Amino acid sequence: MRTSLFLIEAMGVQTWTYVLVGLTFALYIGIAIWSRAGSTNEFYVAGGGVSPLANGMATAADWMSAASFISMAGIISFAGYDGAVYLMGWTGGYVLLALLLAPYLRKFGKFTVPDFIGDRYYSKTARVVAVFCALIVSFTYVAGQMRGVGIVFSRFLEVDINTGVILGMIIVLFYAVLGGMKGITYTQVAQYCVLIFAFMVPAIFISLQMTGNPIPQLGFGSQLSDGSGTYLLDKLDGLSTELGFAEYTSGSKSVIDVFAITLALMVGTAGLPHVIVRFFTVKNVKDARKSAGLALLLIVILYTTAPAVSVFARTNLIETVSNQPYATVPEWFKKWEKTGLIVFTDKNKDGIIQYVANKEQNELTIDNDIMVLANPEIASLPNWVIGLVAAGGLAAALSTAAGLLLVISSSVSHDLIKKIINPKISENGELVAARLSAVGAVCVAGYFGINPPGFVAAVVALAFGLAAASFFPAIILGIFYKRMNKEGAIAGMVVGIISMLLYMMKYKLGWFDEVLPDKSEWWFGISPEGFGSIAMILNFIVSITIMKFTPAPPQDVQDIVENIRIPSGAGEATGH
Amino acid sequence: MTEQEKATAYWKENIKYLIILLTIWFLVSYGAGILFKDALDTIKIAGFKLGFWFAQQGSMYVFVILIFVYVRIMNKLDKKYGYED
Repeated sequence: MRTSLFLIEAMGVQTWTYVLVGLTFALYIGIAIWSRAGSTNEFYVAGGGVSPLANGMATAADWMSAASFISMAGIISFAGYDGAVYLMGWTGGYVLLALLLAPYLRKFGKFTVPDFIGDRYYSKTARVVAVFCALIVSFTYVAGQMRGVGIVFSRFLEVDINTGVILGMIIVLFYAVLGGMKGITYTQVAQYCVLIFAFMVPAIFISLQMTGNPIPQLGFGSQLSDGSGTYLLDKLDGLSTELGFAEYTSGSKSVIDVFAITLALMVGTAGLPHVIVRFFTVKNVKDARKSAGLALLLIVILYTTAPAVSVFARTNLIETVSNQPYATVPEWFKKWEKTGLIVFTDKNKDGIIQYVANKEQNELTIDNDIMVLANPEIASLPNWVIGLVAAGGLAAALSTAAGLLLVISSSVSHDLIKKIINPKISENGELVAARLSAVGAVCVAGYFGINPPGFVAAVVALAFGLAAASFFPAIILGIFYKRMNKEGAIAGMVVGIISMLLYMMKYKLGWFDEVLPDKSEWWFGISPEGFGSIAMILNFIVSITIMKFTPAPPQDVQDIVENIRIPSGAGEATGH
Repeated sequence: MTEQEKATAYWKENIKYLIILLTIWFLVSYGAGILFKDALDTIKIAGFKLGFWFAQQGSMYVFVILIFVYVRIMNKLDKKYGYED
């Protein structure tokens, strides 16, 4: 007992990381081999017999990407109140999904989102537009994930980012191509367990340290454990204003922009194909509803902990480095300085770190990601916790990448090849096509991960706006408005996605002007991240107006709508 | 009731519940967390200003509860109309 305890203490961060990452990877590969897909049904929707809890866990892992795990708490800790747009935006969408989409799409019982759009709007054009939108949304999203995998590998395993991306590609390729949706689902169940454990352990430790309360959600509203009787949030508000930042609990974005961004993220969440498709994998409508609730519950565990971590980390950081002599900073500071994630330039040459809001005087730049990655070290937690965070970050990035790759491969093999190019393709032929397009998608995603075009990072956040502007209105109207016809839906999707793309190119990427236009030129003061909500409204208006002047959908389509509104009798999902 | 009438009645009831649940969804997030945040921030519970708490904690708890309430209501409704599988 003594010797084994000694061993555990003596193992360095590096060893722990290799052991934990190695073990989790072996687990994922084992699951993939055990659950490989044998038919298109298993490849696209895991055979349609996944239990609500397993589907909930898989959805949660699918949903929580490297961005949720690594970056979100950091972003919030620098944005304060404004960070709420991500918290509410990325969870509130599940209410829309559960109440307005999941049950009906499950009843409809097909493999993909373009399947629904194509059948409901009785048109190949609508299907092609939907495939096009699904590919734009998924590719922008997946490139960011592969980059995330590369970054996590490189920071923790000390290989370079490109080697990291290639390692990630091989792993994802292995279980996505072999297992399809079935393999991915069960791997994601394991990945959820790894990532939530890895996120909660350091959060609980730090909450105990700072406030004496083991529940982080309560801890960040508690008094500090130093006996001063000061509430943690009051202290952080004070520290922030002292250094010239906005009060932590107030934020600095305008109300209308916070509103618009939150709406775009919520609606975008509900319109993301890789999330929607998860609800095709359960047995019936009842399970689809329940599974959406479980997924959100499992997601909210992490999402309510993240803002607490933000507060702990920000307070710790300010207290440890602000106004301290550079010569005496802790070891982690120097270590992360090497990676370029912390940069200190002693502008006034006094050897003391000035961390203030004023850009001229500020001497410290900190990358968002530090807050989660270095948090265990900042709080001097044991080495195994640090290794655990690495395994968790990888689980988050890999599970999301795999889910997206499946959407891309099914869009190509099912929606394009089977439904449009070669309807006579055999079941086996389609399965081969699905696997080949998964391989193709991994290679393209890996390419973008290694050579990220400058705009990928900017565009990932906008994938939500694109989904909100294109799919959401078409699906909602398809279910709740029987009279909606193909002319209206197609025009709406095209206007929605194009207006979103144009706004993004003008105000986010600055392609149309010499310099990026200033905030003051934004329409109604709404940022490109929030414009998805305006584009969505445009989509609704255009769809309904065009519909008024064009013929009603044929009777058999109206019957489909009647039918999906009744929950009973949802058979297995099929491709026919 | 004919099949058609039954389906219409079921759908109407469903829409009624959706409106109620989505109103709550809107009020806790866009209402308490954004539009009325400043007013609610004058109220403090433990270390939390109430508006801030709704934006970063409360709204998310309500979202989860809303979905489970919806699941319950719909299971009952399905049974009432004989639509359960």
